[in-house]
Amino acid sequence: MEVPILKQGDYLIASIQSALTDADLSQLREALVERVGRFRSRGVIVDVTALDVMDSFAVRTLRDIAHMARLRGAETVIVGIQPEVAFAMVQLGLTLKGVATALDLEEGLIFLNRRGKERVDRG
Amino acid sequence: MADESTVPIRSDVDIVSARQKGRELAADCGFEMGDQTVIAAAISEIARNILMYAKRGEIRFRGLADGDRQGIVVVAEDQGPGIRDVSLALQDGFSTSGGLGLGLPGARRLMDEFDVASEPGRGTTITMKKWIRRGHA
Repeated sequence: MEVPILKQGDYLIASIQSALTDADLSQLREALVERVGRFRSRGVIVDVTALDVMDSFAVRTLRDIAHMARLRGAETVIVGIQPEVAFAMVQLGLTLKGVATALDLEEGLIFLNRRGKERVDRG
Repeated sequence: MADESTVPIRSDVDIVSARQKGRELAADCGFEMGDQTVIAAAISEIARNILMYAKRGEIRFRGLADGDRQGIVVVAEDQGPGIRDVSLALQDGFSTSGGLGLGLPGARRLMDEFDVASEPGRGTTITMKKWIRRGHA
C-alpha cells in the first residue's frame, strides 16, 4: 500500500495509514528522498500513528529516510510513535538515535518551524 | 485452547499477516495491548529471519494453558540452511545478512521463553512463549 505524501509549504508530510510491508517502506523512502528534491522541501514529517508495531526493518528504514533527507537538505521528524510501540522498540534494542521525534503532527510542525527559524537566524 | 493458526512465510506480505494474526490470537488469549505489541514485534523479527535466510517457512501459534497460567506459543519453522552457531546468532549485533543483528536476540528479549533448534543444512525451529502477567498492569 502506497503511503500518501502531502506537500504543505516547505514540508512534506507522509501519513502512514495502515500496516506496511518491507517493500512499502522502501518505496516510501525512495519517494520521500526524490520529492525533497522535486519540491525543494526543507522538512519531512513521517506520521507513524497508525503503525501498531515497529520492527527492526521499519526502524532502520525510518532512520535511513531521516539521514538521506538530511543529505538532501531537509530535516525529518518522526511523529506519533504509540506508547506500546515505544515499549516494544526499547525491548528489541531499537533506537532512533540521531533522528528527531515528536509526540504528534502538531508538535512535529512546531519542531520544523523552529528549526527553519534557526537556519534563517544563522544566516 | 483450540485456536491454532499457521501462516506460511514466502514474502514480505506474509510477515505482516503473521504479526497481525499473532496479535489477534494474543488478544483472544487475554493479553493486554502492550504485550500484544511485544508479541507482534517478536513474530515480525523471526518471520523476517525465515525470509532472509531460508526464503520460506511457516509460523504457527496457539494459546497455552498451564495450570492457572495462560499464554501463547509461537513456532517458526523452516527447512533453510540452519544456524551453525546458535549462541553466536543470539548475540546482539551479530548478523550474516548485513542486517542490524537484532532479530533473534531482540525477539528473545521480548518473549518469556525462547528456544532455537537448528541443524545445519536441515533447517531451524524457533519456539517462543509468552505468559500473561498477573497482579500488575
